[in-house]
Amino acid sequence: MAFKIIVSQCTQCGACEFECPSDAISFKGEGYVVDSKKCTECKGEFDTQQCASVCPMPKTCVPA
Amino acid sequence: MSEPEIKVGTSSSASFHRAPMAPAMPGGRASSSYGLSVTDDIDARIWERIKDHPCFSEQAHHYFARMHVAVAPACNIQCNYCNRKYDCTNESRPGVASVKLTPDQAVRKVLAVASKVPELSVVGVAGPGDACYDWRKTVATFEGVAREIPDIRLCISTNGLALPDHVDELADMNVDHVTITINMVDPEVGAKIYPWILHGHRRYTGIEGARILHERQMLGLEMLTKRGILTKINSVMIPGVNDTHLVEVNRWIRDRGAFMHNVVPLISKPSHGTYYGLTGQRCPEPFELKALQDCLDGNVKLMRHCQQCRADAIGLLGDDREREFALDQISTRVKFDTRKREAYRKLVQHERGDQLAAKLDANKAVRSLGSSGTLAVAVATKGGGRINEHFGQARELQVYAVSRKGINLVGHRKVEQYCLGGLGEKATLDHTIVALDGIDILLSSKIGDCPKKRLAETGVRASDAFSYSYIETAIGALYAAEFGGKPAMPTALGPSN
Repeated sequence: MAFKIIVSQCTQCGACEFECPSDAISFKGEGYVVDSKKCTECKGEFDTQQCASVCPMPKTCVPA
Repeated sequence: MSEPEIKVGTSSSASFHRAPMAPAMPGGRASSSYGLSVTDDIDARIWERIKDHPCFSEQAHHYFARMHVAVAPACNIQCNYCNRKYDCTNESRPGVASVKLTPDQAVRKVLAVASKVPELSVVGVAGPGDACYDWRKTVATFEGVAREIPDIRLCISTNGLALPDHVDELADMNVDHVTITINMVDPEVGAKIYPWILHGHRRYTGIEGARILHERQMLGLEMLTKRGILTKINSVMIPGVNDTHLVEVNRWIRDRGAFMHNVVPLISKPSHGTYYGLTGQRCPEPFELKALQDCLDGNVKLMRHCQQCRADAIGLLGDDREREFALDQISTRVKFDTRKREAYRKLVQHERGDQLAAKLDANKAVRSLGSSGTLAVAVATKGGGRINEHFGQARELQVYAVSRKGINLVGHRKVEQYCLGGLGEKATLDHTIVALDGIDILLSSKIGDCPKKRLAETGVRASDAFSYSYIETAIGALYAAEFGGKPAMPTALGPSN
């Protein structure tokens, strides 16, 4: 289980990278990507997925 | 001019003693002999702190430049007027930046700009997101800049949500100027402006979110005031949402020691892709903004020279040179030459004394006439307090109101450049005529006969007779000619025959 970022809608603000407790989000090439091996969907740490919570664009940071 | 030395990370030993925050207007206006000298309503210690900051001092903006480094893209609030996704390079609005910088790149860029732009006095982090939320990058940038250029002033702009967490660190870093955007003190109003906020790893929506934001903003402001840090409050005027409410906001921030209030009009076009842009929320008209500013006047200092610049703007307000300093054109090893900066500072000190004296004289003369007449004067200027820009080159005009109260800058109007490649465009002139609605006299360093005649037909008298004079001196002479029976300067406004 992991999240993904829809690059075409991403504003590249970087807030998700900043909030991710698992260090799973990084800037690669054209945009931010979620490392599915590291992503825990914030289970056990937060009630909501931090990347999706902070994303300013609707439906851009979504379950993979 | 002994600038306080800025040291990073040495809070108690820093050789910088902050004066306790003095009231913004000690003694009130009645105690001064002039209506609007730069020092009459500001404590001398405060003046020392704002005189080089173009945003905090209307007078300083003629001489000094600011630079925003776009190092903080992440944001913890969604505002209905903001969308950082779209950036056209011709667009100038807050939140917009062409390239995001790493702190290292930002320091390099600051050095390159400081070498080329001796007017540079302030480096700020104003987003594109929030400087206090994306805090690590802000700190890394400030530490680097302060190390390389100790005499530069540092400032930040923030939405205030994460501000209370960092006030101590701001004070330690000698960040002396903070701008907080506060659009409401009533969460019901806030819910119409902010769809959500992120606080303590949780997203809050609606009134709940707005209430948290409001409480954090007020706490942050109080903490800054307690530490003697100067605060400017920016409020976005949104017709039908918070326009009348801003009077209440003004009262709250005054009670909490804010130094300056800057009401900015909403910028909203469908092409910006913001919520307001897409829902057709209208922007305030210039007269609505002025009416609101006028009813706030007298409470807390009002900023009227704001240009709503980009999150990566460089240069004097109103003259953005951002495009001259593309990152890829800046070499990795920047040689920083301080001599130009020092020479410029000396020049400004001298020129400024002259200008201040001229301004005081002109105001005194206007007031002594005791006339009930009023004049609205538009001025084309490139800075330095002089009438020194060609009408055809001007992209904005400063508007002064003259009455028995003195000569006051009341705002600025954007115009399209009339001369493009040496030819005047008729359509552009029509546009400019609309922008000059209500103006009696237009002053510029030069103006052609054709636009002069066209303007005269619409009731605007245009003149280049005061070319390179100080603005207030020229306006004072015109006012005296109009209402005091004294001749203005020779050939002031007559047709150029």
